[in-house]
Amino acid sequence: MLAKRIIPCLDVNAGRVVKGVNFVALRDAGDPVEIAQRYDAQGADEITFLDITASSDERDIILHIIEAVASQVFIPLTVGGGVRAVTDVRRLLNAGADKVSMNTAAVNNPQLVADAAAKVGTQCIVVAIDAKQTSPGKWEVFTHGGRKNVGLDVIDWARQVQLLGAGEILLTSMDRDGTKSGFDLALTRAVADAVTIPVIASGGVGSLAHLADGVTQGRADAVLAASIFHYGEFTVREAKEYMRQQGVEVRL
Amino acid sequence: MNTMAMSVAVVDYGMGNLRSVAKAIEHVAPHASVRVTADAAEIAAANRVVVPGQGAMPDCMRELTERHLRDAVMRAAAEKPFLGICVGLQMLFGHAEEGDVMGLEVLAGRVPRFPQAAMVMPDGSRLKVPHMGWNQVRQSEAHRSHPLWDGIADETRFYFVHSYYVEPQDAACIAGETTHGITFTSAIARENIFAVQFHPEKSAQAGLRLLENFMRWQP
Repeated sequence: MLAKRIIPCLDVNAGRVVKGVNFVALRDAGDPVEIAQRYDAQGADEITFLDITASSDERDIILHIIEAVASQVFIPLTVGGGVRAVTDVRRLLNAGADKVSMNTAAVNNPQLVADAAAKVGTQCIVVAIDAKQTSPGKWEVFTHGGRKNVGLDVIDWARQVQLLGAGEILLTSMDRDGTKSGFDLALTRAVADAVTIPVIASGGVGSLAHLADGVTQGRADAVLAASIFHYGEFTVREAKEYMRQQGVEVRL
Repeated sequence: MNTMAMSVAVVDYGMGNLRSVAKAIEHVAPHASVRVTADAAEIAAANRVVVPGQGAMPDCMRELTERHLRDAVMRAAAEKPFLGICVGLQMLFGHAEEGDVMGLEVLAGRVPRFPQAAMVMPDGSRLKVPHMGWNQVRQSEAHRSHPLWDGIADETRFYFVHSYYVEPQDAACIAGETTHGITFTSAIARENIFAVQFHPEKSAQAGLRLLENFMRWQP
């Protein structure tokens, strides 16, 4: 049976991991290669890099980072942030990424999803959706870190990106992100049931129970988290052991 | 064996992430010469050949033909240690549902898509397609002692990402099976050919072990 995936997410700024990853005895707390190796050793099923580099002349650094990680870490790597054109997708894949995630660019230009999928295959294309609840049982798509409502219903948009050729959806609840109060399970389940492609739940993880809930109640195919792993609260292995106890199929 | 002289060609027909495959082989066989190549002569000269693949079957077959690599791949599949990965497995077979194209027909069988009807679970949830993530490979009785499974426990999980799978006519070539709604062939073995639906280059220790086994294999 297919295992539910646990995916640590790293924010990278100009080649350095930011948001203070706090592993014991890490030689260099900002080194993406060393951190990725740690997560691989803990049993992470994939690693996602979010490139938050603002300055355009430093944007190519992520390519070197992915190249370095991909020559040492042999699990799937997803990269998001700053992807605006099919050429960006190709360059990241050529550097060693397995999947490329797009968010704002997909909203602004849905054809980009179709063009990229046609060029590199749907399995390489992840569409990230930032969702906020606007009324009971209704969520809308936001960009700019949750500040801009783009006037799209999340369920409609999820179905549309599947049709356009996305191979996976990375779904983040902007209401829960950073709160440590758990995934928005109603949102996760509504999207997971609306599409036939895998859905990664994100935003709000504060405990191991939250990770398990995302799968059992939210019906997510994978769960993504940052801080609970970065600050050494739990290892990926501990998370998987807990999920297995809850009856979730995991790779251990 | 003189590993210094060992050369492996990773066939580049413009599809997929070849760097990952090459890096993983370099990692397990640091003394081997690993060439990512679209040159038929280089493929012919290599001791071993790996055909990776990602993306759509019609594109892969078209690229293979346009780059004049069909014969080189066919010849490699006939005479030297050959590892097919993902679409590199699928293209060894016949009719592919994806794009309604024919593969190389090295092995008899077809390449269908996961049937939607088999993907709905009793609780109403669905198994997703692409089949993406880590799933178990049950090694077949007949091939359990195959050198490429050496040191890899039965039911080990490997990383998959695909929407189509192979259905061999001759069950004797089935080296591994995996279940995702249906049970499908996830590895095949015949003489000098071993091919897998999963991605050993992305399957952590188990995948590296399989690649290491391939580099040592003397069929």
